[in-house]
Amino acid sequence: MSEITQEQVAHLANLARIALTPQEIESLTSELGSIVDNVAKVSEVATPDVPATSHPIPLQNVYRDDEPGVTLTSEQALAGAPDHDGSRFRVTAILGEEQ
Amino acid sequence: MGHHEHELIRLSAAALAEKLGSGEVSSVEATKAHLDRIAAVDGEVHAFLHTAPEASLATAAAIDARRAAGEELHPLAGVPIAIKDVIVTNDMPTTSGSKILEGWVPPYDATVMVKLRAAGLIPIGKTNMDEFAMGSSTEHSAYGPTHNPWDLERIPGGSGGGSAAAVASFEAPLALGSDTGGSIRQPAHVTGTVGVKPTYGGVSRYGAIALASSLDQIGPVSRTVLDSAMLHDVIAGHDPFDSTSLTDAWPSMAEAVRRADVKGLKIGVIQQLDGEGFQTGVLERFREALDVLAAAGAEIVDVSLPSLEYAIAAYYLIMPAEASSNLAKFDSVRFGLRVNPPGGGTVEDVMSATREAGFGAEAKRRIILGTYALSAGYYDAYYGSAQKVRTLVQRDFAAAFEQADVLVSPTAPTTAFKLGQNTGDPMAMYLNDIATIPANLAGIPGISLPVGLAREDGLPVGIQFLAPAREDARLYNVGGALEALLEQAWGHTLISLAPDLAPGEMAAAQEGAV
Amino acid sequence: MAKAKLMDFDKALELFEPVLGFEVHVELNTRTKMFSTAPNYFGGEPNTNITPVDLGLPGSLPVVNGQAVRYSISLGLALGCSIAPSSRFARKNYFYPDLAKNYQISQYDEPIAFEGSVDVELADGRTFTVPIERAHMEEDAGKLTHVGGATGRIQGAEYSLVDYNRAGVPLVEIVTKPIFGAGADAPELAKAYVATIRDIVVALGISDARMERGNLRCDANVSLRPYGQEKLGTRTETKNVNSLRSVERAVRYEIQRQAQILADGGTIIQETRHWHEDTGATSAGRPKSDADDYRYFPEPDLLPVVPSAELIEELRAALPEPPAARRRRLKQEWGFTDLEFQDVQNAGLLVEVSETVAAGASPQAARKWWSGEISRLANARGAEAASLVSPSDVAALVSLIDSGALNDRLARQVLEGVIDGEGSPQKVVDARGLAVVSDDGALIAAIDEALAAQPDVLAKIKDGKVQAAGAVIGAVMKAMKGQADAARVRELVIERAAE
Repeated sequence: MSEITQEQVAHLANLARIALTPQEIESLTSELGSIVDNVAKVSEVATPDVPATSHPIPLQNVYRDDEPGVTLTSEQALAGAPDHDGSRFRVTAILGEEQ
Repeated sequence: MGHHEHELIRLSAAALAEKLGSGEVSSVEATKAHLDRIAAVDGEVHAFLHTAPEASLATAAAIDARRAAGEELHPLAGVPIAIKDVIVTNDMPTTSGSKILEGWVPPYDATVMVKLRAAGLIPIGKTNMDEFAMGSSTEHSAYGPTHNPWDLERIPGGSGGGSAAAVASFEAPLALGSDTGGSIRQPAHVTGTVGVKPTYGGVSRYGAIALASSLDQIGPVSRTVLDSAMLHDVIAGHDPFDSTSLTDAWPSMAEAVRRADVKGLKIGVIQQLDGEGFQTGVLERFREALDVLAAAGAEIVDVSLPSLEYAIAAYYLIMPAEASSNLAKFDSVRFGLRVNPPGGGTVEDVMSATREAGFGAEAKRRIILGTYALSAGYYDAYYGSAQKVRTLVQRDFAAAFEQADVLVSPTAPTTAFKLGQNTGDPMAMYLNDIATIPANLAGIPGISLPVGLAREDGLPVGIQFLAPAREDARLYNVGGALEALLEQAWGHTLISLAPDLAPGEMAAAQEGAV
Repeated sequence: MAKAKLMDFDKALELFEPVLGFEVHVELNTRTKMFSTAPNYFGGEPNTNITPVDLGLPGSLPVVNGQAVRYSISLGLALGCSIAPSSRFARKNYFYPDLAKNYQISQYDEPIAFEGSVDVELADGRTFTVPIERAHMEEDAGKLTHVGGATGRIQGAEYSLVDYNRAGVPLVEIVTKPIFGAGADAPELAKAYVATIRDIVVALGISDARMERGNLRCDANVSLRPYGQEKLGTRTETKNVNSLRSVERAVRYEIQRQAQILADGGTIIQETRHWHEDTGATSAGRPKSDADDYRYFPEPDLLPVVPSAELIEELRAALPEPPAARRRRLKQEWGFTDLEFQDVQNAGLLVEVSETVAAGASPQAARKWWSGEISRLANARGAEAASLVSPSDVAALVSLIDSGALNDRLARQVLEGVIDGEGSPQKVVDARGLAVVSDDGALIAAIDEALAAQPDVLAKIKDGKVQAAGAVIGAVMKAMKGQADAARVRELVIERAAE
């Protein structure tokens, strides 16, 4: 059985910035446990000789020319914003520092 | 709704297009007929989250005017189309089925929308879906479930249940869907309609709100194979705004349908998807369809996809992992919902409260699962291994396509289940996608089309064909041929058996009332 | 903020060996952003140089700027790195309001360039080789402005405003390996290393490299260990050091601060620290902890970067001379003294002088004008010398002087006219009527008048006291409103006095 704990789910929720309720953490812990039990089997066949596939159709060197295109106006940019000062997006005080 | 309107909505897109082209019907009439149909039945079906009656009638009038002026228009010009709400539209709200985007009107159009508008199709509204396309039943929409037009107590499939139900209930002849693990094909299967997931990169993803970037693909939804093909021809092609978009020149899919012929075609039956775990009525219709194809000259062979049992596991790691990252942008800063925690708080608190309130249970489940799969110490075992399984699945397909031109399976294990039946058991819901997921992992195209009704419950059953990457035309060939053979044998289309959702409408029409 | 106790620098070096490491972010000066077609320009009205991609709008997708890739390869080559036959982008996942998607597209385990080294010249001419671990491509974040509270800093602010104009600006991050053996030279090496990176990217023409504008940003890692100990000490990462001088000071400060803590039996906390230019100190920032889990994974929206051998060789062939070699060559070609050359170099005017010489001026004249009058005017106006006037205009000015059309005094007036936007030097001369009077007739008339007015001076000159001519020359120059060639006036004064 999986070893997922409530502490782990709480940590994941923090990484994912979701303020889960204690009830949600409890139910997610058991659901995740059951899902992980079902999906963990991938490691059975993922032997070192098998390369990973990240893109279904292999392409490479897809670039665009360094030519400017159409930009948004600040009105368009801010139209959907929950809060702004007329030209910039406004957020409440930031606790943590830049990364 | 008048008698004329009642007939208009039952036309295929191709047939409607012909009447528009000949001038027998105007786009305004066609659009109004579908808007009236939506008004009559969508209260029960709930396929739409938003309709645009005024804008669509105005667009239709403009098309009529251009046609009247003698302008050469695209064959589908003037035909109404429903848009899955995962696709951004600069004139209609786009929510992806989530509370967190309620009321958001994007400042730009998806590339497929640009193409649709250029071809003169009439976007009439946005269709319901599982939140962020996470689900197989449309029950995870923040705006309530869509109902299956064949039985309103049942699910219309998902995530694109809204688009499938819209075409199945004659609210639109065409719709756009998106398919990450079967979200176009499985709804087609349970609603007796047609849906196609193109080759990955065949249709631009620019403007499709991403669930899992390496799996998502936009595709057509319709009632006939030809209609899907015609829509496919409109939306396919290279887009410089999507790095994963293919530069290939595509053959006409509509031509492939018109010239459909399965004589000599080698069709590989996927052994792992032809028996255990599949409903009897689904398998009966499936094997019947194979007999019809064999009788028409196709060669039916057996193929094996030995890694299939690992595919679903890999999918349920890759999809949530990519989703957990793709959905991080919903943070209350630039767009969408903002929820301030009681007593205020830092931006971190506001983001967390917003995401707690704005995401539904399934979205949270997958975000947490995906965060887990990518987190330090687990990456190699989960995400890394899943990417290797992806290689194995691709190898399986490569080997199978050595033996057959196309592969075939039932589209899903069961017919439409009852609303609420599987919501308590995420894993049971996930297993529903066993037949559709492999194509997304491998990037290959797939089609689902109806092959009859299951004996035990009278509900539609779909068949799925898969082709090698870039060989989408093969699907339209085999799909078009099978559709014609079946309808010839039945003497009618399958969708004509769907219950009439507005019986009063017929009576009213006969009495001459509106 | 309480000021930390600092150990005397020399004593710190007696007790501990400093180990350095640098992460330098270089903003590329491509026309458009790394992954979008928005102009790569972040001044101006907030939130205008953006597309749906830079705003992280749902549905938008990144597409790689091919020019940024070529610039990155060139930089990798200039750093002596190997260019990866295949590299790719990865998502670095973390939430922060200036990060539109809440992940940064960067490179992780497969950077475009790796394993190089850079020769860094110290002031006394010694060369120090700094080992480079990698250089990778990524995108810049938006800009936050903290409002409310006393300091304008993040602490105590009531709210913050976000401008995404800078979001998506192409960056190359250059990461060194641990640098050992710098000893007491550590602060100077830090400064010289960043200066060398700046010179390299300027020579390549791939970045504006203005530290004060954030085009070039340095995070300095410092750790100490007792001599003879193999294990590295705990390091701090000092951010926000945005001038060469700050880099030097910050490293010196961290060495002194850490040494004192270690000598007192304390432990160094692994954390980011912020350099404060005003106080000359660093303050504690975010602790690095296990909670930092960036969940890197290959960016599914982008494809691998697989540069052909031909492209790499083409870019290698086009590499400019390494800055140190170039400096040695220029100094010799120009015939400058050590002091003269250092003046120009320290003022950051090598490029300007070089271009002025290329446009036809003599090296000494080019140096004189750039280090002298132009720098003075730049100081007075609080501007960069290079932004005031173009090398070709300076060369034209010098040419007017050489031809005798202008004297130094007039030339200074012409220069101001050019700087004030009145046009080319010739245009200013014409418009302001500043040309030297070269009509001997007019000069002779003025001289005769001046000599007549000062008979005593005339007598002295006749007596052979030529230096007395100065008074007459002054009077003539005044009468000519300065628009005369003083040398010619002098010749004519002596000539007329003799008659």
